[in-house]
Amino acid sequence: MTAIRPFPEAAREGLANPQLRANLARATGTIRGKRRAVVEETPDWEELREAGRAIKARTLAALDEHLVVLERAVESAGGKVWWARDAAEANEAVSQIAREHGATEIVKVKSLTTDELGLNEYLAGHGIEAVETDLAELILQLDGDWSSHILVPALHRNRHEIGELFRRTIDREVGDEPAALAEVARTYLRKKFLAARMGVSGANFLVAETGTAVVVESEGNGRMCTTLPPVLVTVAGIEKVIPRWNDLEVFLQLLPRSSTGERMNPYTSLWSGTRAGEGPREFHLVLVDNGRTRVLADEVGRGALACIRCSACLNVCPVYERTGGHAYGSIYPGPIGAILTPQLVGIENAPTLPYASSLCGACYEACPVKIDIPDILVHLRGRAVEAGVEPASERLAMRGLARTFASRRAYESAQRLGRGALRLVPWARVGPLRAWARARDLPSQQPRTFRGWWRAR
Amino acid sequence: MRVTLFVPCYADTLAPSAAIATVTILERLGHEVVYPGEQTCCGQVHGNSGYFREALRLAERFVDVFGDADLVVAPSASCVGTVRHLYARLARRAGKVELAERFEALGARVFELSEALTGPLEAGDAGSFFPHRVTYHPTCHSLRALRVGGAPQRLLEAVEGLELVPLRRAEECCGFGGTFAVKNADTSAAMLADKVAAIEETGAEACVAVDGSCLLQIGGGLARSGSGVQALHLAEVLAGARGE
Repeated sequence: MTAIRPFPEAAREGLANPQLRANLARATGTIRGKRRAVVEETPDWEELREAGRAIKARTLAALDEHLVVLERAVESAGGKVWWARDAAEANEAVSQIAREHGATEIVKVKSLTTDELGLNEYLAGHGIEAVETDLAELILQLDGDWSSHILVPALHRNRHEIGELFRRTIDREVGDEPAALAEVARTYLRKKFLAARMGVSGANFLVAETGTAVVVESEGNGRMCTTLPPVLVTVAGIEKVIPRWNDLEVFLQLLPRSSTGERMNPYTSLWSGTRAGEGPREFHLVLVDNGRTRVLADEVGRGALACIRCSACLNVCPVYERTGGHAYGSIYPGPIGAILTPQLVGIENAPTLPYASSLCGACYEACPVKIDIPDILVHLRGRAVEAGVEPASERLAMRGLARTFASRRAYESAQRLGRGALRLVPWARVGPLRAWARARDLPSQQPRTFRGWWRAR
Repeated sequence: MRVTLFVPCYADTLAPSAAIATVTILERLGHEVVYPGEQTCCGQVHGNSGYFREALRLAERFVDVFGDADLVVAPSASCVGTVRHLYARLARRAGKVELAERFEALGARVFELSEALTGPLEAGDAGSFFPHRVTYHPTCHSLRALRVGGAPQRLLEAVEGLELVPLRRAEECCGFGGTFAVKNADTSAAMLADKVAAIEETGAEACVAVDGSCLLQIGGGLARSGSGVQALHLAEVLAGARGE
């Protein structure tokens, strides 16, 4: 696993791009407003959140059992289940199914999990072209770019850039109007849907008792991919399982309100195995671990596995709004990425991500399944310190500070020394306060400490 | 009532005026203020940065110093949040259940100033007089960790002569976040720039908050922008009186 770029360094690109920051502020501002309206009109919102949290916690606590129930249900409905320990096994399973059916071009539903696995690149290496059919994903694929937002992957691109891209790749005549751009993509994709012999999807939920896969989407491309091609392969993380059909009632209320700010999303596709005379003739479910059981083993960190990928935490995050998604160095940006990525790739490969937050708590408040993101961030900081990945200078300073605070005498003499040094040393130019002083003045020197005032009065 | 004062280390050392003002208000309301000189730091910086062993030792020290107090008041939401929430978590994760219970028992008696004034101290009119236009920034820890709600605004609205004006996107973080301001200085500065712009738009003479640490950030940004808007702790406003 290669280490991701340090967040403070990667963040500078977004921070220095005024167009990106304006796009981000406008887009997240709009979606925050829509979300607030549909959350406020739901009288039992807090009960729904609590139900969502409880179902996820209960399921994760007995994940092995629910997965076995799921496997049995999928198989008795005529589907086949593949177990993949890592990305290599998952990618090879999909590739093998495609090769067996002679599929050289497959159509895909937007899926974060397959992005995490690098499925498209793997298939390309085996002569199989994977076509993204979600409009934003298609835009990124045509341009060799990658997602910066869970729900709105091309959030960082505007329509002029997209018009230019489409003229270069699909239709030389098209203008920059959104409707015209959408029509060009639609015509282009329609041919792909009709020709493809295999479709690949992710899953928002997997219902164990019925063996049902669920995809929630807005454009209808997902419905095309899951119904037209004769072979359907669904690739999903093992944490996507929920025990009962009735549990969907909770999540199908929480998810659209939290992600697009809608009461209900336009398309919800549910399928259980195969059925004669309709839909795909073959159904394969690839269940992916790829680090998830390791996350599950951490009693605090496992909270991150409850995520339903709604992206509400991104939209309320003041850090994300200013840096953009690419700064997080993975397909999972924003607060959820900051707690998920270090656990999936190992803290030593992403040691700066748990610190990419002011711990303001806006994400926790917005999360529809009540993931305590600030608490997990702090927990992961502890693991970073434990692993010794923080700079030695910081470790020394923190230990020294702790010793100083351990006794009144040490603290008071440090106060005297520190206040003297504040007068004598140009802190705005040396040491850790230099970063502070680039954008802010240092506090002016007060005539005495509080305890000095207290003693003297 | 006998009130035990907890003054955060940075406030004691760098910005004592909020703590001095806290003493002024509490005494004006007729309370007896006690200040244990043994206190140092609650350990928030260590706890939030992942130095849990060090934080837990400072937490134990905090209980040694404040354990017998009936009511502890601090002019800082984030330090109170540390005592009330983080301490027990640290203890439980270290497998120290009894210690966690001691922390929880003490945590229930530790209050941020606006909580204390609108809650256990049942403060009436403190004779506050502050004839200025101010805006209020709800700090993240007061809003989302302690859930003080509208307590600080209610206290401000009761101040004679004070005009409270709303702040755009008030509930967004100012970008301080402890070590965040140093480790991610550029992102923190970008957040601060937007907060400073929002404050300046209000035309207020001062921005008020209940966390001295956030006020160091906001005050530093306001001073740098040269707008002349002050960053004030709630206590400093409430301590204002006629004839001063």
